[in-house]
Amino acid sequence: MSNPQQLRYSKEHEWLSAVEDGVATIGITEHAANALGDVVYVQLPEVGDTVTAGETCGELESTKSVSDLYSPVTGEVTAANADVVDDPSLVNSAPFEGGWLFKVRVTDEPADLLSADEYTAFSGN
Amino acid sequence: MSTAPRLTALDALHRSLGATMTDFAGWDMPLRYASERDEHNAVRTKAGLFDLSHMGEITVTGPEAVALLNFALVGNIGTVSVGRARYTMICAEDGGILDDLIVYRLGETEYMVVANAGNAQIVLDALTARAEGFDAEVRDDRDAYALLAVQGPESPAILAAVTDADLDGLKYYAGLPGTVAGVPALIARTGYTGEDGFELFVAPGHAEQLWKALTEAGASRGLIPCGLSCRDTLRLEAGMPLYGHELTTALTPFDAGLGRVVKFEKEGDFVGRKALEAAAERAETAPPRKLVGLVAEGRRVPRAGFSVVANGEVIGEVTSGAPSPTLGRPIAMAYVDAAHATPGTEGVGVDIRGSHEPYEVVALPFYKRQK
Repeated sequence: MSNPQQLRYSKEHEWLSAVEDGVATIGITEHAANALGDVVYVQLPEVGDTVTAGETCGELESTKSVSDLYSPVTGEVTAANADVVDDPSLVNSAPFEGGWLFKVRVTDEPADLLSADEYTAFSGN
Repeated sequence: MSTAPRLTALDALHRSLGATMTDFAGWDMPLRYASERDEHNAVRTKAGLFDLSHMGEITVTGPEAVALLNFALVGNIGTVSVGRARYTMICAEDGGILDDLIVYRLGETEYMVVANAGNAQIVLDALTARAEGFDAEVRDDRDAYALLAVQGPESPAILAAVTDADLDGLKYYAGLPGTVAGVPALIARTGYTGEDGFELFVAPGHAEQLWKALTEAGASRGLIPCGLSCRDTLRLEAGMPLYGHELTTALTPFDAGLGRVVKFEKEGDFVGRKALEAAAERAETAPPRKLVGLVAEGRRVPRAGFSVVANGEVIGEVTSGAPSPTLGRPIAMAYVDAAHATPGTEGVGVDIRGSHEPYEVVALPFYKRQK
């Protein structure tokens, strides 16, 4: 698997797109999706919610376990992916594309977000 | 435990297939190879191949082997014919379940007891202790066997391609010695998936050859390797109990709704008889919590240990829960107070991290195959 170069990554295994007009798209990495197994339920923050970098803002449930969803940045949620709520398997089949989770108008971001190469080294693949 | 997990004879093969491994009862076992949902569906609609070598085989032989088993276990092993198998349990003196077992009668005076991996030592120790005074030998054969299972509607055709054994004559819960893919095997028509299927006990040194032959024979029939994750959802849909979840030392077979495995009418005394007679009466007159099925109205998944609630009160506990690939909704088995145990009971929910999610009470199993 390869982690797209244009994205940045958190140590909680989220990815963050380049910020455009102040808004970034967020999802979980393929590494995280593989570790979870088949995702069967996704709970996302709602539009208008404020999310804080490093804090939980939802959950991802797979056959075997439930995991908290963390926001890699601070800001206001501007969109949540309804497709992935309807069909959580998108997180497994297209974690970097159709399986995106939510968008945030970024007001603050931590200094320790990783590049693709750094995340690859961190996650082991 | 600090000891390294045990590896099955197929360990290298699982790794070459890219399996996600998990520690299970001290064994490093395949959890899944790719998608556990695909593996589950393959077993329901085509076929799946499992490595179950963690299961614990114990051989009991001798002129009084059957007398020993009748004394040590709750079932009537005297009615098991050669070549047949029986689902049964071993209980403590107080009636608590030590393990659930399958006993295969291999010969006139030879039986194989198959225990759960996590309980194999306990069962071995109990059988050994209970054998005192019987002309019978209890032998630890855990290292003598690898166990492969082919499960699913295509499994008879797949197995028939690699054996001359009379599979049509092999009924459910029967086992016969034969040759499969050139290796000697005990072929049993048993499983833990709710589907037709076979379990193949072979020498560990033959496991890889057998796995490869079955993979090849099954390729055109949709057989894929399957891990323990889908085994759990398959048995859950089929309403089959799992030791450590639905069955524990704190419960008797009657508490678990499996009183039918206890045969009071058999000859002689058996370990736990007195306590089990009391448990049977209690189950009749003042039923404790009952094991029921729960089907979610929403999509959040109940897990073992979650509280079952009604009107804000805790009325039970989930013992197993998972998203059901066949039903498309989360399901659970749970022990609930008798007042809420009738299928269709309204107002029952599961406390999922603080929120009470509505659940429908249903009769088990969730899934029954069409024969």
